Parts: sequence; structure tokens; C-alpha cells
Amino acid sequence: MTRAQDFLRTSLRSPNAIAYVLMGAGALFYPAIVQFATGGSGDYLVGLAADAGIYILMAIGLNVVVGFAGLLDLGYAAFFAIGSYTYALVASNHLGVTPIGHNLHIPFWIALFIGMFVAAAAGALLGAPTLRLRGDYLAIVTLGFGEIVPRVFRNAGIWTGGVPGISALDVPSLPGWFVGPWVGQDFGWVPDFRFTSANLTAYYVLMVALIFFVVILVNNLHGSRLGRAWMAVREDETAAAASGVNTVSIKLLAFSIGAATSGFAGAFYGAKLSYVSSENFGFIVSVTVLAMVVLGGMGNIPGAMLGGIVLYFILFWLLPNAPLQMQNLASSLGLDWLNQTNPNGWPGISEVVSRSKYVIFGLILVGIMLLRPQGLLPSQIRKQELRHEEHEAIAAPRQLQT
Amino acid sequence: MAPILKVDGVTKRFGGLVAVDNVSFEVEEGEVFALIGPNGAGKTTLFNCVTGFYKPTFGRVTFRGRDVTGFPPHRTAKAGIARTFQNIRLFDYMSAIDNVRLGHHCRMHSKLWDSLFKTPFERGEERRITEHSMELLALVGLDRQAENYARNLAYGQQRRLEIARALATDPKLLLLDEPAAGFTPQEKVELMELVRTILARGITVFLIEHDMRVVMQASQRIVVLDHGEKIAEGPPVEVRNNPRVIEAYLGKSA
Amino acid sequence: MVQRVRASLISTPTASLINLVGVAIVVVALVATVQRVATAPGGATYFFQTMGFGLALGAIFALVALGYTMVYGIIELINFAHGDVFTLGAFISAALLPIFGLTEGRTFGIGVVLPLIGVFLVTMLVCALINVGIERVAYRPLRHAPRLAPLITAIGMSALLEGVMNVWRGPFTLHYPDLLPEYQIALGGGVTIAAKAVTVIVLAVVLMVALTVFVNRSTLGKAMRATAQDRDAAQLMGIDINRTISATFFIGAALAGAGGIIYGLYYNSYSAFDGFTYGLYAFTAAVFGGIGNIPGAALGGLLIGVIYAISDGYFTVAWTQVLVFGILIFVLVFRPTGLLGMRVPEK
Repeated sequence: MTRAQDFLRTSLRSPNAIAYVLMGAGALFYPAIVQFATGGSGDYLVGLAADAGIYILMAIGLNVVVGFAGLLDLGYAAFFAIGSYTYALVASNHLGVTPIGHNLHIPFWIALFIGMFVAAAAGALLGAPTLRLRGDYLAIVTLGFGEIVPRVFRNAGIWTGGVPGISALDVPSLPGWFVGPWVGQDFGWVPDFRFTSANLTAYYVLMVALIFFVVILVNNLHGSRLGRAWMAVREDETAAAASGVNTVSIKLLAFSIGAATSGFAGAFYGAKLSYVSSENFGFIVSVTVLAMVVLGGMGNIPGAMLGGIVLYFILFWLLPNAPLQMQNLASSLGLDWLNQTNPNGWPGISEVVSRSKYVIFGLILVGIMLLRPQGLLPSQIRKQELRHEEHEAIAAPRQLQT
Repeated sequence: MAPILKVDGVTKRFGGLVAVDNVSFEVEEGEVFALIGPNGAGKTTLFNCVTGFYKPTFGRVTFRGRDVTGFPPHRTAKAGIARTFQNIRLFDYMSAIDNVRLGHHCRMHSKLWDSLFKTPFERGEERRITEHSMELLALVGLDRQAENYARNLAYGQQRRLEIARALATDPKLLLLDEPAAGFTPQEKVELMELVRTILARGITVFLIEHDMRVVMQASQRIVVLDHGEKIAEGPPVEVRNNPRVIEAYLGKSA
Repeated sequence: MVQRVRASLISTPTASLINLVGVAIVVVALVATVQRVATAPGGATYFFQTMGFGLALGAIFALVALGYTMVYGIIELINFAHGDVFTLGAFISAALLPIFGLTEGRTFGIGVVLPLIGVFLVTMLVCALINVGIERVAYRPLRHAPRLAPLITAIGMSALLEGVMNVWRGPFTLHYPDLLPEYQIALGGGVTIAAKAVTVIVLAVVLMVALTVFVNRSTLGKAMRATAQDRDAAQLMGIDINRTISATFFIGAALAGAGGIIYGLYYNSYSAFDGFTYGLYAFTAAVFGGIGNIPGAALGGLLIGVIYAISDGYFTVAWTQVLVFGILIFVLVFRPTGLLGMRVPEK
């Protein structure tokens, strides 16, 4: 009895546990709250949250690569693209148009994993020759890869649908699904349920379930022999190697797992959008996910999730609405001159705001690194590092010996 | 007894600089073997050649009858050669017990699947290595520091933790690079006691050390390096009186 | 002493095999290219036009690559924002041109060259100061932090610069006044080369020569080389490390800013996000020639420019970018030391 009490007491003191509980509760009640707050027309917001979930999945995956193993991957969107395009090829009418001639309509639930494995394989292929490079070079190589993959997809003509991409992808379906007042209907069981854009809540529920499982798996990894090895390699690669860790294959594993997660998210993305195009997989995606991980707390799973939620909210809800808000604000404050545009000069306050996405990115990345490098929810290790910095003056100067 | 380690004509060049020049010797199983020499003689370079951090330019390293020349560090560890570092390389922001747990990595058999799903096999293995890690920590006198971060340990404790981590790799040969550096006399006595305990477990000890008293008391045989060359080899009494060795340390008498 | 690190991977059988594959790829590519060029329509004229374009582009790449290579050589950091300083050069000079009386359609002559020099000087100075500021704010505080930290701030700075330019003039492709000579220079046998290209090459060469002279002769140049080789020793010799590093950032950015002006003059267009791609090309050039190696950056720049032009001119435009980024990965995997060897601080 007291062990359970102790467990509860120590857990509740840890910010991570609190974060998990809050996020879990939030996820559970979000659709209901949103529907209530908008008087029944909250579908858009629920769908938005499902989209946020895709980024959160990617943030969790990139956190394994950057936060656990300490490898800077700047081309994470490439694996996202690979997952999406794999889904597009195996779950649509597209293969019939290519020289292969037959269509594949692999069910969503299996296609997700196919996308994941293909992306993981791509990660292993890229990683094998490059992971022995030092950090900055690896970053540039992944950046190059991130630039190559979407362009290859764009240029591959009939195989990938070229510039217009591939559309009319299969949507997920289940033998049945529960509906109820949370979607404004009576309790009931819908047979032959299809996940269309009319059933965004279903996507949301699916996404929450997926994230739940991924978080458990990644947490297991973190506390396992693998997680320990990653931490050691990040701390001191030489010592890790001397202690029997095959640093190259450990890094490869982290890299592939990260790629797999991204591919998994990509397949989901393709299915939900029912469309893929090379335009959606640029550097901006890679840098967004990186910013999420950095903002939330590198090396900390709930941190990456929190960073994902916060940044997604800023980029996809705040920022799109901000120009109009600023315009109205300027008017109401009597500063109408801010809204006046000038062909070769001031484009109006709303236009300025809508152009400032990159400025915000830059400020977040630089600001966090300079002011709070451990992020919003620091990992255990970071906390120790900071505690050490505070006590640096007191520590014995070991260098004087020998 | 067959030599556990055979260093045969090992040379290491860095561009024009010859750090280790045609060095050959054998380490017998079950002994304490010491490598000494003035600063810059190439001792750590030799250690690096044996453990795979450097690939010898020429020569061969044979361990328990197996040619391990050029094996990468993790493979020499897996083969049974463990080492500590001159400048202590611990995982500062991991706990003491996690440092030692890490040492078990190459002896564990959990696969990715086990780690992902926390299978009973994985949990059993973790339990086993945690027990063993605590044993090793107790061996070096750190069992009460198990949960402390390595960064926060005292200097002497850190040196001993490094040894515990090396022992976790289940080695047959333990290379200690200046294990007594910065130790108080009391700590040096305790260290020699620890070395004896390690020997009793069937592990051969090969150490680099500057403190002559420790070297003379603890080791059965010594090899002396100067400017990368071997200049003497033999039991402590012989080496201590070898004029070349004296000259190397003290310089030519006027 | 500077250690010229040779491609050090080798001697296990798999490594030799990888090397063989790399060499095979290069040989096949070269053969295919030569065959394509020799049999293409347009003959010698087209070839020289393409080469002119390639060398001009290469000269611009070289100017930007120098900044990457010098900064990496001295503090082992990839300054992601460097490509955006290049774009900034175009932006700032475009704003200055009307002030200096240089408007569209002025014919090239002394009346253009003199004010243009003024524009160059002011733009280079502003770009240099901005880059020094970036180093001060985003890199210097993190000099002793784990490697990941300054890399992330570098990306952040790049995003910041691009964002500022985006807010300033929008994401559109903007027009840069046409001020360079328009005629063709005859090379004999009916073959011509654009005077525009020649001007660009000459400008770039002048700047690069000035840089070489400076690095080899001046005290500051010596200090830079010393700091790049061994920072502690340089410090012990009384060299002010911070000032030397700032000077490196200053000079690198001045060259990149000049590159931006030349880019604008040559292409007559520029855009806020150009720096990302061009920065990557220039970095490829720097690595290709040997990171930290100044002649290497120049050589790498010219080669990448020529490769780019040949790919555009004799193969398809669509695959050129893939090719250049492919070269980047290829070099880093098969020969990370580059063509002329890398020069980085000794450990």
C-alpha cells in the first residue's frame, strides 16, 4: 500500500508525469470541449488536432534521433515523404497508370506499416555510409538528402505522378465504429465505417491511439539497454566504444527508428489527405519538427510532444489568423495607416504578419538555444547539467592533478 | 602458461612522427604487467593500438591466440580486453550504476523487439545486470553511491567507477591507464588491494603507471618504453637497476 | 603543423570495395558527359557559352564557398546563415543602386563602374558587420556548448535572415537592374562568350586574389591561419582569438555580399529564399575542394559551377539540383577530405 503511495508521490512531483496526465486528459476531452465551445461546428478544430498529431508523432521520432542519440537530422521530411508516397503507391489506383499496370489496394492498417518499413530501410541505406561522419557533416548530408528526395519524387514522371502528385488515395475503413453525442449523433454502431473528411473525429481518435502506443514503445526503448547505449554514445562516444558499444550500429538503429516513425506518420498523412505531392515535403517541414523538439526539450518524450503541440498551435492556428487579427486591431486602435498598402513599400500590417513565419522560427531556435537550451520540459540529464553549471564554482578543479 | 597478450613488432606512425617503434612483448595470463616510461614515451598510444583506438602501422596484436590487430574498440571489448582512460572518461550525467550497467551492453542479448515491448526476457536481463552492477559497485566500494550522477562523485570514486564499468564487460585482460594518478597514499594502497581482488577473479592486469612504488610492489613484470622504443623488460628488481632505464628517467649523467 | 589528412578510411576489404565503387561511378559519369557534350548540337559555340555561364556561376559559388571554408577552418562550424548573407548582399545593393544613381539601362562604362564600386564597398561592409554580429550573438556564447547547440542556432539565424528579407520584400522574385555589358566577345572561329560572364569572372578573381594576398601577407591573415591551425598555441602567442574569429566572419561575409551583388548583376533577379539553395551549392563546393582549404574553395566553386552548367545545358535542368546535392553526399561519403585535402584545427 505504501509503495503505491510512494510511487504516486514521486511521480506527481515530476513535471513529466504531470505533463503526461495533462496531455492525456486534454486529448480525451478535447473533442467534447471543442464541440461545446463552438456550438457543434468544431469539426475543423478536431481535424486540425489530428493533423497536429502527425507532427507530434514526427517530433517523438526525431527526438529519438536528435535527443537520444545526439544526431542532427536536417532532412527528416525525406522519410515523411517516402512514407507518404509508399502509401500512395500501394493504396490507390496509381500503380495501374504506371508501366506496372496493376493497382494495389492494400488496406490502410497494413499499408501504414509498409510505409514505415520502406522509410526505415531508406534510413538504414542513408545512414550506413554516413553515420560515421562527424556531427556537422552528418547534418549537411541529411539536409542534402532532404532536398534530393522530394525532387526525385517530383521528377520521376509517371511513377510518382510528377508535379501534380497522386490523388484519390484509399481511406481507412473498419468493420464498424461507435458514434455518439461527441459527434452530434445518437449512440450507435456504424457498420462498414469509412474514415472520410466527414468523420474527422474518427481520425482524431485513431491518432490519439497511435500516439499512445508510440509513446509507450519509445519509453520502453529509453529505459532499455538500447536507450542506455544511446545516452552513453551521446555523452562520450570513445568511452562507449571502449565499453563494448558498437557506436555505428547503435546510431544506425536510432536513425532508422526515427525514419520509421516519420514514414509511419507520412503514410497516415497521405491517407488522411488522400493526396500526396512533392510540394509538401520541403525543408520547412524538417525544420518545423526540429524546432518542436528543441522547444519542447531535447531527449524528453513529453517535451517533444509539448513542443509539437505548442509550435503547431502557433504555426497553424495563431499565425494564419494573426494577419486578420492584426488588421482589425490596427483599425480599432485608430492606427489605420498601418493597413494602407503601398505598391513598392509598406505592404500593410496583415501582409507583414503573414510573412513572418520564418522570423518566428529563427527567434524560437536561437532564443531557446541561448536562453533555455533544455527546452520547456527538460530531460533528466539536462536538469543535471544545469544543476552542475550552477555549482561550477564549487566543484574541485580536477585539472590540477596528474 | 601461454601469453594472454602478444604484442609483436607494433609500430605506430603519425605522418612523420613515430610514436611507437617496433615494440614487442608478451603478457602472461594471471600476472600484473606494468608499462612504464617517461612522459611522451608512447605508452597510451600503445594501449590505443591494443584496444583498437589506433590501427598499428605495422605489427600484430594477438589476444588469447586470436589476431585482434585493427579490431575496432567495441570488438576488442567483446573479445575480452577492457580499459580505463588516463583522463577518466565516465558518462558524467548518468548515474554510477547506469555507468556500470552500460558496461554489460556487449554481454546482453536483448534485441530491438525485446527493448520495444519490454518482454519478460528483457526485464529478466535488466534485473540480472542490475544485480551484477551492484556487486561490482560493492567490489570497488561504491555501492552507496549507486544512484549518484558520475559527475558528482569524488575524484577517487570516479577512478574506481571506471574500473567497475570496465569489469562489467567481463574481460579477461584489464588495461589500466594511470589508475593511481592523483591518489593519496591510502587510496593507492586500496587500489593495489583492488588489483589483487581482480587478479583473484582470473583477470590479467596490464597497467601504465608513473608511481614507481606502486609499480614495483604490484607488478610481476615490467616493460619500459622511451621515445617509442622498448628499452627494458623483466621483473621489477632487474628493471629498477637497468642503467638505460635510469638514464631515460634521469637523463645522462654529466 | 598542419596535418594534411589523407582520405583515411581505408584498408579493410569493404572499405576498398566502397572506394572502388566510388571511382567507378565517377569514371562512368565522366565518360557519359564527354560523350554527351561531344555529340550535342550547337558545337563549339554552345560549349563555350555553357562554359562561360558555368565559370561565371562557379565564380559566384567560389566567393560564397570561401566564407564557409574560412569559418569552418577556424572554428569547425558550418555557418548556415552564410548563404543568406549572400542574398542579403543582393537585397542591400538593390536598395543602394538608385541612391548611387545606378538605374536600369545605364550603359556600362566608367560612369557605372565608379558608383558600382561604391555600392560594392557599402554592401560588403554592411554584410560583414551583420555576420560579425551573428557570430557574437549566436555562436560565441555557445563555443563551449555541445556541438548540437551552435548548429541549431546557425539554422535559426538562417531562418531569421530569410524571414527578415521575406518581410522586407516578400517571397517574390525581384528584378535586379541590368548594368553589365551586353555584347559578346569573339573568341575566333565564330565562337563567342558573353562579356557579362567575363566581367563576373574578372570581378570574382580580383576579390579572391585580394583575399589570398591578405591571408598570406598581412598580420591579421597570419593570425587567422595560426588560429585555424592551433587555437591554444595562437592564444599563447598573444593572438586575440575573438578578434581573429570576428575578422574571419567579417571577410567571409564581405566576399559573400560581393557575391550577392555579382549574382544580381548577372541574373538580373533575386529572391529572399535564394540563399538556402545557393548556400548549399556553395557549401558543396567548399567540401568538394577540401573544407578549410582556401584554394580548394575556389577550385570547388568553379568545378561545381561548370558541372551545374553542363548538367543544365547538356542533360536536363530538372535533375541538376539532385546532381549537385548528390555530389555533396558522394564527396562526404567517399572522400570527405575533398580534392585538395582539408585544413581543420588539430585536436
